[in-house]
Amino acid sequence: MNVVIIDYGAGNIKSLQFAFNRLGVEAKLTSNPNEIRAADKVVFPGVGQASSAMEMLKNSKLDLVIPTLKQPVLGICLGMQLLCNSTTEGDINGLGIFNTDVKEFSTAVKVPQMGWNTITNLKSELFNNIKEDAFMYSVHSYYASINAQTIATTQYDLDYASALKHNNFYGVQFHPEKSGEAGAQLLMNFLALN
Amino acid sequence: MLTKRIIPCLDIKNGRTVKGINFKHLRDAGNPVDLAQRYASMGADELVFLDISATLEERNTTLEMVLKVAERINIPFTVGGGISSVEDVDRLLKSGADKVSINSSAIKNPELINTLSHKFGKQCITVAIDAKEIDGEWIVHLAGGSIPTTLNVFDWAKEVESRGAGEILFTSMNNDGTKSGFANVALAKLSQSLNIPIIASGGAGTMQHFVEAFTIGKADAALAASVFHFNDIAIPELKEELQNNGIPMRL
Repeated sequence: MNVVIIDYGAGNIKSLQFAFNRLGVEAKLTSNPNEIRAADKVVFPGVGQASSAMEMLKNSKLDLVIPTLKQPVLGICLGMQLLCNSTTEGDINGLGIFNTDVKEFSTAVKVPQMGWNTITNLKSELFNNIKEDAFMYSVHSYYASINAQTIATTQYDLDYASALKHNNFYGVQFHPEKSGEAGAQLLMNFLALN
Repeated sequence: MLTKRIIPCLDIKNGRTVKGINFKHLRDAGNPVDLAQRYASMGADELVFLDISATLEERNTTLEMVLKVAERINIPFTVGGGISSVEDVDRLLKSGADKVSINSSAIKNPELINTLSHKFGKQCITVAIDAKEIDGEWIVHLAGGSIPTTLNVFDWAKEVESRGAGEILFTSMNNDGTKSGFANVALAKLSQSLNIPIIASGGAGTMQHFVEAFTIGKADAALAASVFHFNDIAIPELKEELQNNGIPMRL
């Protein structure tokens, strides 16, 4: 299987590549639009600051490529957030795949949320063989509001969308590559998508 | 619900674990990769590797170790020790570390926190603070607690937060190695005056000490070394005990 991880300079993607290796899949890091279009599966990662990540995406013109992809795409963490309509982090527009907005957690809780939290209301083949209230590892200061495309929710400060799906696009706020067995199962499920 | 984290800490020199480690059924307790895997399978929520290497050559060996850990381990890990530049952090993250922990370099050059946080994101920048209570005042110390600074811990922690740290690893030198419990009063004051997560370190001896670090100390995570390495406390039992005391755990 031809799996690519979009490499646009945003954050640590080595651990993601290793997570696929552990599943026996060689995931290629690339910023080449042709390679991305030709892949069977595309992973869109991202950590760090939203507006600078979006700037890097625009510099490489990948902001125009990603929304046109037809194969399964998995946005992770900031990758998921950039697939939403907008984010208050740097007040920018996202790629508009997911019809929801990203906002910052309130000061009623520690920010960033850092650690293992549960995912509930699981509604997609992405969660096959993953039980309700499975633990996933997250580290983030901003969250996506729940909408009709929400396929998992998590409680921190409030209930937010910890996973989203629209057609061939999937997004998860947590880091499956760092979430033990449940996270590995999710990556396997993603690889099994048609 | 977000759970509290239990974090074993491994001291690394020249790519090997250095503190005495007493695990049965572990072929090579000096091999950090085997040990990390073992802790991950026991339910550790994260791992911290503290590099105490002295030479550049030893540090490069540590970098190779980080790569091997990242290949095998599916939980997050932090690397600290001797990190003083953007390049240091870049190399560690590119080798697969999830977070880095800086200490002395942040005290010598506080602007480094801003630079790293801006470049890599605050989620991967932990600032470690070693402190000692002297005549009722908590003072930040350098070089593993041997050299006092003029900084008050609570002032410094506030500054660290405002400069963009994502988390603070607070070690009480008064408690470290004593097995008499964490510095819960100082921890609670830190945790309540800051809005970023606090990792408690120094003083773990019993399971009750961990309970108190969370209930009295209001910590978000607790770190320990020898009680885990010498198998005085087993992580699965510890996490169950904490859960029974009303502290949310990943079980």
